[in-house]
Amino acid sequence: MSEAGVLSAHVREEIDRWVARFPEGRQRSAVLAALRAAQHENDGYLTPELMDGIAAYLELPPVQVYEVATFYSMFETEPCGRHHVSVCTNVSCMLRGADELLRHVESRLGIKVGESTPDGRVFLKREEECLAACCGAPMMMVDHVYHENLTPRKIDEILEGLD
Amino acid sequence: MSDDIINIEVDGVPVQARRGQMIIEVTDARSVYVPRFCYHPKLSIAANCRMCLVEVEKAPKPLPACATPVMEGMKVFTRSPRAIAAQKATMEFLLINHPLDCPICDQGGECELQDLAMGFGSDVSRFTERKRIVKDKNLGPLVSTDMTRCIHCTRCVRFGQEIAGIQELGTMGRGEDTVIGTYIEHSVDHELSGNIIDVCPVGALNNKPYRYRARAWEMTQHETVSPHDCVGAQLFTHTLRGKVMRNVPRECEDINETWAADRDRFGCHGLYAEDRLERPQLRNAAGEWEEASWEDALLRVTESFKGRRPEQLGFLAAPGSTLEEHFLLARLARGLGSSNVDHRLQRRDFSGQAHDPVVPGLGLPLAEVDALAAVLVIGSALRQEAPILAHRLRKAALAGAQVGFLNAEALEWRFPVSAEIVAPAGSQARALAEVLAAACGDDFSALPADLAGQLRGLEPGEGAQRLAAALHGEGRRTVWLGLQAQRHPAYAELQVLAAALCGVTGATLGYLSEGANSAGACLAGALPHRDVGGVPAAQPGRDAGALLGGGLEAVLLLGCEPELDAAAGEDALPALAETEFVACLTPFATPAMRRYADALLPVGTAYETSGTFVNCEGRWQSFTGAARPVGEARPAWKVLRVLGTQLGVEGFDYMSSEDARDDLRARLEAATAGTPELGLRAVRLEQAGAWREPNPYATDPLLRRSRPLQETRIGAAGGRRWP
Repeated sequence: MSEAGVLSAHVREEIDRWVARFPEGRQRSAVLAALRAAQHENDGYLTPELMDGIAAYLELPPVQVYEVATFYSMFETEPCGRHHVSVCTNVSCMLRGADELLRHVESRLGIKVGESTPDGRVFLKREEECLAACCGAPMMMVDHVYHENLTPRKIDEILEGLD
Repeated sequence: MSDDIINIEVDGVPVQARRGQMIIEVTDARSVYVPRFCYHPKLSIAANCRMCLVEVEKAPKPLPACATPVMEGMKVFTRSPRAIAAQKATMEFLLINHPLDCPICDQGGECELQDLAMGFGSDVSRFTERKRIVKDKNLGPLVSTDMTRCIHCTRCVRFGQEIAGIQELGTMGRGEDTVIGTYIEHSVDHELSGNIIDVCPVGALNNKPYRYRARAWEMTQHETVSPHDCVGAQLFTHTLRGKVMRNVPRECEDINETWAADRDRFGCHGLYAEDRLERPQLRNAAGEWEEASWEDALLRVTESFKGRRPEQLGFLAAPGSTLEEHFLLARLARGLGSSNVDHRLQRRDFSGQAHDPVVPGLGLPLAEVDALAAVLVIGSALRQEAPILAHRLRKAALAGAQVGFLNAEALEWRFPVSAEIVAPAGSQARALAEVLAAACGDDFSALPADLAGQLRGLEPGEGAQRLAAALHGEGRRTVWLGLQAQRHPAYAELQVLAAALCGVTGATLGYLSEGANSAGACLAGALPHRDVGGVPAAQPGRDAGALLGGGLEAVLLLGCEPELDAAAGEDALPALAETEFVACLTPFATPAMRRYADALLPVGTAYETSGTFVNCEGRWQSFTGAARPVGEARPAWKVLRVLGTQLGVEGFDYMSSEDARDDLRARLEAATAGTPELGLRAVRLEQAGAWREPNPYATDPLLRRSRPLQETRIGAAGGRRWP
């Protein structure tokens, strides 16, 4: 089980906590929680080594962990910036001008959707589907925090506030 | 029981079905075709292709036939306008991204998508958007990929999970970005991995060595039997203008179900190797090789064998020779007064041969392996030695069977193993004796005193105790001696202990066997100590080990390359070189052969001759030649027939291989020996010395020449040396 050695003690503890919630032999159910914990400790993205580590720790074929990690948009499998910024462009936000806001974010950061700033500060996540905050459209999510009723100025303030 | 049968209606016809069956199982049984891609009777239900949508009365929308259980009074319509509309719509979706490259696709002509698109597709596409493109994966030397063609039925993924026991492929990404792959590039290495080619309903996964070599409709299909292991998997061999193009499994629920091992499927790609012998060759007075006519070559062999003392002659056959070839070779030897005939090339220890079974076999039908309660496998890399048997054992283990192994190293089994005893080869007898001691408990009365005395001093470990308990349990139990055990320098000791273990526990004793037809060879009398049917030979001859040890004047080798096929390996070469006359009936001419042989007679392989193989359940499987022999090669049974006639041996006037087979069958009915005594005795518990095992993908001349198999991880790893 040397591959599981890449996981920190805290991640393992977190995985154990989740495994205990499922019936015995159903440790596959803990993959989501395990990936989340591992990604959180690794600057917001997953490496093949980490995924192999989780597979070894949960005694699963590695491919089952890859399947989950590539399916969910909350998991990144390539290196990316520290702060994850997702601008919603779904119907409600689109009608309220999300496309222009997204262009504004792109020009301000000097990157396109799906890219990270060269200094590794901000990652502009690929197209995000509806984040269920339509009454506050247009909105964006920055590091799991919702920002609603956005204007270009408000966006500038939020982006400047990121370290 | 009557509660389990319910009445439904399919397309207006009343049908009885079992409760819990899915609609598609009922329609399949009645030959009512419902189109499908993801459904496969041997795999779990995924219901993700939606092609099998049918109309069910009172259901608000069409339901997938593969995932809808039947209910009392259910009315199913498979061809109603609503069902057809749903199927057409699904097909339209599937074709959005499927490329129109059928003319250059190997699957073309035998493609489920192509067939169903003909039946259910629309002539014109309403989509003008670009089709998606998916990067191909490198899955190794056996399976080619064109992933743009994939329709995400996930049959290959489920095959890995459920049949192979190791998921190598997975579904990556989501939505339109979904791709099937391994994520991290690596080859698929499982010994059954070639089956993903068959389960793939489109041209995404295809046979790599066969790629672009023929079109399905140009080829002729022949029923054949795999010539590589004792399971005898049934195959279809596809030929084009007399040449073998590829193998695919032939469905046989009792043997290989719908599967074929990679060895069965890709072994045929060694057929047309560069060293294939096309014309008879003779060594001239100057020691050089010259091509010769068949008449001259046969005459030379006859003259060289004539007039010698019988004990100076030797006859060796590859265990994969056909029943008819073994029979004729043994009769040729015995007709010349010699019992120096053998096929047990890989065996090292012949001291217990009197106790060998008349026919090596599992002692039960292969289909019943699935339902075994407990199995102990001694000395076997089962997954490589008999992949289909390992698959069946896996099914038994998953159903709750207690499966144990006693091997020189821990191997990956991909199923639950109740105990695996790892003992270096030298102390395997001791490890087995410990299992026996555990099985005896305190009661050694069933064993001879000297053996019992040896067992008393042993202290069985936990694994041995567990195995002994399993073998004492309820239900059908069996102990198998694998190929590694039979190649062991102290095989006789292992055999005695295994027999004693069966005697004590009531388990049956089974044997795997070398090649495709060791069982047939034993029946046909290709043994120095036994004649046809296992009847003891009047004058026992020398065994294979002794025959390759030298001291003979004339030797006939049938289909074998002793330097690679025999236990002695290269050590057999000096003795062969010193032999005055060596005739090789062989499909291939190795460099070593050209040094020691004096006559090379080209014969057909199992794909080019009619014949019979007897598998490990005792089933006789006859086949006809699938391909045209290469050059002037002749079926070996015909060559042996001529040699027999020319040497004046009586009764060699068979008109066909079937005649020879039927004659053998009649002889077997007239006289077959009873089961030999087990011969329990004291054993040597330790054994010194190391030996080499062949690469599992190089156990016969055809496999060795199959380049794709040699390029796999198992093939490239080569043989093993056991301490």
